[in-house]
Amino acid sequence: MNLAAAATNESLAQTSNVLIYSAMAVYTLAFFAHIAEWLLGSRSKVARTAAALTGGAQESAAGSVKVQVTNKGGATAVLERPKIITRSASGSRDIPDGPGAHGGDAQGDLYGRIAVSLTVLAWAVEAAGVVARALSVQRAPWGNMYEFNITFSTVAVGVYLVLLALRKNVRWIGLPLITTVLLDLGLAVTVLYTDSDQLVPALHSYWLWIHVSTAIFCGAVFYVGAVATLLYLFRERYETKLATGLKPGSFATSVMERLPASGTLDKFAYRVNAAVFPLWTFTIIAGAIWAGDAWGRYWGWDPKEVWSFITWVAYACYLHARATAGWKGRKAAYLALIAFGCWLFNYYGVNIFVTGKHSYAGV
Amino acid sequence: MSKASMNKASLSGGTAADKADGTAAHESRGTAADSSGATTAGTDTQATAGTSTQAAAGTGTQAAAGADTRTAAETAAADRAASEARDASELGAAGSQLSTAPREEAVIGGPTLGLVGWFRWFWRQLTSMRVALILLFLLSLGSIPGSLIPQASVDELKVQDFRDRHETLAPVYDKLQLFHVYSSAWFSAIYILLFISLIGCIVPRTWQFAGQLRSRPPGAPKRLTRLPAYTTWRTTATPEAAREAALAILRRHRFRAHATGDAVAAEKGYLREAGNLIFHIALIVLLVAFATGQLFKSEGGKLVVEGDGFSNTLTQYDDFKSGSLFDTDELVPFSFTLDKFTGTYERSGPQLGTPRTYQADVRYTTEAGGPEKKAVIKVNKPLELDGSKVYLNAHGYAPVVTVRDGRGQVVFNGAVPLLPIDNNVSSTGAIKVMDGYRDKNGKKDQLGFAAFFVPTYGGKGSGQMFSRFPALDFPVLNVGAYHGSLGVDAGLPQNVYQLDTRKLTAFKDAKGDLLKKTLLPGEKLTLPDGAGSITFEKEVKEWASFQISQQPGSSWALVGAVAAIAGLAGSLFIQRRRIWVRAVRGADGVTVVEMAGLGRSESAKLPEELAELAGTLHSEAPSAPDPADDSAEQTVEGAEK
Ligand code: HEM
Repeated sequence: MNLAAAATNESLAQTSNVLIYSAMAVYTLAFFAHIAEWLLGSRSKVARTAAALTGGAQESAAGSVKVQVTNKGGATAVLERPKIITRSASGSRDIPDGPGAHGGDAQGDLYGRIAVSLTVLAWAVEAAGVVARALSVQRAPWGNMYEFNITFSTVAVGVYLVLLALRKNVRWIGLPLITTVLLDLGLAVTVLYTDSDQLVPALHSYWLWIHVSTAIFCGAVFYVGAVATLLYLFRERYETKLATGLKPGSFATSVMERLPASGTLDKFAYRVNAAVFPLWTFTIIAGAIWAGDAWGRYWGWDPKEVWSFITWVAYACYLHARATAGWKGRKAAYLALIAFGCWLFNYYGVNIFVTGKHSYAGV
Repeated sequence: MSKASMNKASLSGGTAADKADGTAAHESRGTAADSSGATTAGTDTQATAGTSTQAAAGTGTQAAAGADTRTAAETAAADRAASEARDASELGAAGSQLSTAPREEAVIGGPTLGLVGWFRWFWRQLTSMRVALILLFLLSLGSIPGSLIPQASVDELKVQDFRDRHETLAPVYDKLQLFHVYSSAWFSAIYILLFISLIGCIVPRTWQFAGQLRSRPPGAPKRLTRLPAYTTWRTTATPEAAREAALAILRRHRFRAHATGDAVAAEKGYLREAGNLIFHIALIVLLVAFATGQLFKSEGGKLVVEGDGFSNTLTQYDDFKSGSLFDTDELVPFSFTLDKFTGTYERSGPQLGTPRTYQADVRYTTEAGGPEKKAVIKVNKPLELDGSKVYLNAHGYAPVVTVRDGRGQVVFNGAVPLLPIDNNVSSTGAIKVMDGYRDKNGKKDQLGFAAFFVPTYGGKGSGQMFSRFPALDFPVLNVGAYHGSLGVDAGLPQNVYQLDTRKLTAFKDAKGDLLKKTLLPGEKLTLPDGAGSITFEKEVKEWASFQISQQPGSSWALVGAVAAIAGLAGSLFIQRRRIWVRAVRGADGVTVVEMAGLGRSESAKLPEELAELAGTLHSEAPSAPDPADDSAEQTVEGAEK
């Protein structure tokens, strides 16, 4: 390798830092916009969920959504087409999703939109920061925990924005996501910062691109799933309270009221976790192949390997729980949170508290 | 269990329970109670009540109010359960066998049938999903200590260090096999049970699935309006024509479809189940491959100085470990010579001294006297030879020294590999002159030198000199001289990098201390009284240490892994679903078409798919002009309530 050619480019690294700080500033604005959205949204006092659960509204909320068939050729015949009537599983609460953080308030909605726009901007700036960092070191920007962290939050926000772009109902995740992204970036620039530099020889491998990129991606998606699971747990408790005739506090009502129904949250969390589980499996296998090349054994119970395995088994537990009667709902949700906890520990805990072959990265 | 209730149970196991996907815990318990029949009903209701009680207690002042409404909630739950039972009987066999997941039939009262009964009971428990879940959980829990406590299989030295520091704890850990977690009896017990459970789960599921593949999708339930997605219209086509068109369309969409009575039944997405089975089978393949690898593997280390070689026989290894079933005949014959080792390091910035490249240029042959080939071994790029892999795993310096006796005769000349002790490759070692040396009286003696080497001299710290940089910029060698018996013949294994000074006598300097000297390349330390000299030649070689390992079964592990991912993707991304199309002549003589779909889980895709199929069918069986079209739909909706 030619050392001169790979010399780190100081000014690019500097640019990257400026971009990351700018992204933090814009995320902060997005954070405040979300807060405004939530505050303004609390003005609407229609107790939809309560109404749905205590009868009365049952009729209108029976969940029979009529889907009109759209003709691929054109829309002329639409009304002629048969209508599809869907029917929720018997036994499930037919609760409509909350209206979102803005609570139906026009001004709240405006702030929500502003928050999303700011998030898009911040994300673009952050992504540019990650790219600049990669260019400055002329390699994948995943050589140490600082780089790992900035990429991680970029991907998590990216996943959220893609879901939004696909018109999925995910705006409710905005505030918790942006909050933790700010924490993540704060941690990155203060505690974990490492000057941009090249890699130690053990990391020179195309498996770095494959293994680490999928690991970051999986983590980001698991994270989105974990946030949804947590909200599910709150919302589910709230609904159970209502269903048993208790009256939750007004703050809880105001917040929970606006979230999607627990069923929706749970399903969203499940989809997200299940969708990324095969990729996580692949990540571990790619890691094993790399370990086979780098250390002469594909599996050696190195702490990082052990914790990836634990995380994998924990998510497998969660998926099994979902298929096992009596373990759905809250119990499965707890398993999902434990599994994400394992992922987090693997990421921070193992790097910081345990020494193993994976500790090369200047933390 | 009667045939009918079996059907009902498997229906709820596969569909109703699935549909509860995302409903609250106690509601799904309701479902479970419904599905597993009377045995569990009691406990499940209890659990429901328990949850509600907790909720009520949680609010304190409102507890009383809560108590009232709780009963209401329970009544509601009971209603729901009842309506579900109704549903189930109405759907009949339509929803059965939509998966091969085992039903959860918690047999609470133990077995009663003697030994066989016990075994059956045990087997049923072991192969239930619930126990699989618990075993999986235990497996992850059991892996944790191994990541926090040093493991003998990973780092023996750390274990020793731990033992030294925790004298009371270590024996306890030993008892619990916590230094060998992954080969401990208890860890093995968990995964062997899981393994058996896995097999016990796969075999019946495979049979069941094979049966499902051979049989046809179940006929249409009586009331299609009960299904999660439904549509209907009145058409000008005859019922026969409509059914025929539906059959053709469904087949075109790769459904397995057939006509039964007044309806067409179709199913798609069998790959989901296949994927799931493949995934679980792949886990077995992985596990077997891993176990084989552990039993038959061999792994050895060899330190080679530039210019030297290695050939793959047991005697040449510095250290060697193998699995319990490994046979030395299985060592792949090859040999190689290390031509050159290159290491480069970061020369500036905060990571000054961080290694950038390590590479070993070698020449190798795979048959004695055969042609030599060149290869480069790097940290991530082992040399692969016939199932054996040669890894580069460490490097260091080997200063070339010459030792002469009193008469100027060379008694030793060569590169002495020294062990690095820090990141800047400060190294220590021993130079041993075992035979050929005679002292000034002509008597046989042995010489030993304690060597300390720095590649880039950074000055003298507190006592010992230190290295400032890992590359060879300013090499300096410090030697301390001894003579006497090196203790090599004592029969005890001797560390080549350490000098056993117990039977050695130090050469003394003028002050009576150990004779020591710091040498630059080309410099010489002369021993007192004509005992000879040692010269640090103007040459420092590098050495590289290689790990040579053989692990059969890794290709099977890879196959298993790939199959696992593929199966998993199939199992998680493919929906298994059924569609029924019924076409009958209505009371007024006009044909009524009904279409309905049922999936394993409630998915937004099912209505979409049904809509598309309905659209296609509709173009072949168009609506009959009927002003009362809307009211017909009304009745359908009304019927649901
Ligand atoms: C070695 C440990 C195991 C792992 C890592 C594992 C992993 C998984 C995963 C990730 C799924 C999710 C796929 C899906 O939802 O369709 C799954 C499903 C399933 N597993 Fe396992 N499994 C293991 C052992 C077992 C055992 C021992 C059994 C039998 C008792 C079993 C029975 C099932 C069944 C029936 C499903 C399908 C559930 C459904 O149809 O929804 N698994 N498994």
